[in-house]
Amino acid sequence: MPIIEASGLRKTFGSTVALDSIDLRIEQGRILGLIGPNGAGKSTLLNCVLGMIPYHGELNVIGLNPWQHRDRLMREVCFISDVAVLPRWMKVWQALDYVAGVHPRFDRAKAEASLARTQIKKTSRVRELSKGMVTQLHLALVMAIDAKLLVLDEPTLGLDLLFRKQFYDTVLNDYFDRQRTIVVTTHQVEEVQQILTDMMFINRGKIVLSCSMEDFEARYAELTPRPESIAEARALKPMSERQMLGRPILLFEGVDRARLAALGDVRTPSIADLFIAVMGETTASVQGVAA
Amino acid sequence: MTAASDTAGAPAQSQSVANMAPTRPFYWSLRRELWEHRAIWIAPLVVAGLVLFGFLIRLPHFPQMLRKIDTMPLDAQQLVFGTTLAAGAAAITIAGVIVAVFYCLGCLSNERRDRSILFWKSLPVSDLTAVLAKVCVPFIVLPIVIFAVAIVTQLIILGAGSAVVIVSGLDASPLWTHWPFLKMAIFFVYVLVVMTLWYAPIYGWLMLVSSWAQRMTFLWAVLAPLGIAIVEAIAFQTWRFGSLIGYRLDGFEKLAFTLPQNKSQYAHLDPLQLLDPARFFSDIGLWVGIAFAVVFIAGAVWLRRGRELV
Repeated sequence: MPIIEASGLRKTFGSTVALDSIDLRIEQGRILGLIGPNGAGKSTLLNCVLGMIPYHGELNVIGLNPWQHRDRLMREVCFISDVAVLPRWMKVWQALDYVAGVHPRFDRAKAEASLARTQIKKTSRVRELSKGMVTQLHLALVMAIDAKLLVLDEPTLGLDLLFRKQFYDTVLNDYFDRQRTIVVTTHQVEEVQQILTDMMFINRGKIVLSCSMEDFEARYAELTPRPESIAEARALKPMSERQMLGRPILLFEGVDRARLAALGDVRTPSIADLFIAVMGETTASVQGVAA
Repeated sequence: MTAASDTAGAPAQSQSVANMAPTRPFYWSLRRELWEHRAIWIAPLVVAGLVLFGFLIRLPHFPQMLRKIDTMPLDAQQLVFGTTLAAGAAAITIAGVIVAVFYCLGCLSNERRDRSILFWKSLPVSDLTAVLAKVCVPFIVLPIVIFAVAIVTQLIILGAGSAVVIVSGLDASPLWTHWPFLKMAIFFVYVLVVMTLWYAPIYGWLMLVSSWAQRMTFLWAVLAPLGIAIVEAIAFQTWRFGSLIGYRLDGFEKLAFTLPQNKSQYAHLDPLQLLDPARFFSDIGLWVGIAFAVVFIAGAVWLRRGRELV
């Protein structure tokens, strides 16, 4: 059974189309990166998946209609959005008591053990904690919930490098067990590239690109051609070309790696570079239509 | 996390999944409201403290007053303690109502303004449960807190007053005969029930505004009805809506109590004879008001569920 299945998912705010007929299917045990510029519809998509807002079209999350059954869905789904959402008046022990009280799958001992490894005191209020500590607290709470789906919406926004690294290490090492499914959106694409199994580019409410990381590595290649091979490389019709330290770097889709290797150094591109190439393309085509 | 504690946690968890009572999310939502809004009990306690402080200053004069009590007219006799006791309860009640008003105005807008709604909604608690827990605060929790604080305050006043009177070699029983404690407690419960039910549409309206407006909830809550009244006054030269609101604020007094014509008659009455529950509970205005409260609260649930987040 897929964890998330959507067809013709559509959401409009007034005349703005936030999600334009999205079809997607996410299987159990995957880590999906949802990547897109601001206002692309990522958070809207996640809010639909989490049952926070109504929508049009078909959507199933763990076999439930999220809008109808948000409270039941939340027994199986964990959710961390942008860090600053823990209530600032709450004390740490109150947060533990509350989640333990309402959540049937919360393992309090596990949360307390995670907290014991931090500087967080149980008597502190959330407002007294640093941003990094609030994230540690939220993570300790969420990681102690035995859920099928974990949704992370810009979870590391505003955190310093150390906490960001620690955050993803915790998610990956302590939580992900190949039975669970994780959906993550972030601007810091390079930080999650290593942990993803799938990725999806979303722009203007549409899925622009969707593939597994294996496909990504097989399909896309980045070439730094030797000076004498530049013209030959360009003839192979790269998706994009950029300059790095005075040398051109060409990004190819679906071109045999062995053939590229004859022209220079071949690497798997970063998601960020592919993102820029793909988004640049769509932006250009939109401009072309406008002209 | 060690492997041992992982496996130890697993059976405990599956057990708790099965045993989770449906009332638990409600109970913990209510706990959360009491954690967040400490004014619910602090404000009545502070007012009770002020009442007791005033009483303490007055206390040395009581023996002197009691010596003269037999020569006083009956209603003046009651005033010796009665005003302190009644005014104390009234002050605590007013504090409680003010807390209720501000609680209702903030309880659904605060969580959106500080974005903590995203946290609350990430847990398996339905919007209906969350809002009903909030509804319990002005309708059940605050009346109980008001009653408890006021009664304890009265007991302290009566006890301390009696002690001082006895120490000065006088008979303390007039204090208790002029303030029939149990009957006054029943009277007080009746007042709280009547007032809470009569104000139900006001509390409901404030919660609806709170679920809808993010900022300036007080302004919206007051200006919207005022605007309707003003438009009516200018367009139709009438003041029906305005007087309806005014009636909602103080109308319960005439409905729920049979007040004697002459104020001096109060002194000779059993306080329970003043109550008129039959008239109050058969009043159509009460039930229309409660129906409005239900509609407003349903609207608040609907808005909390579907409103665009932050």
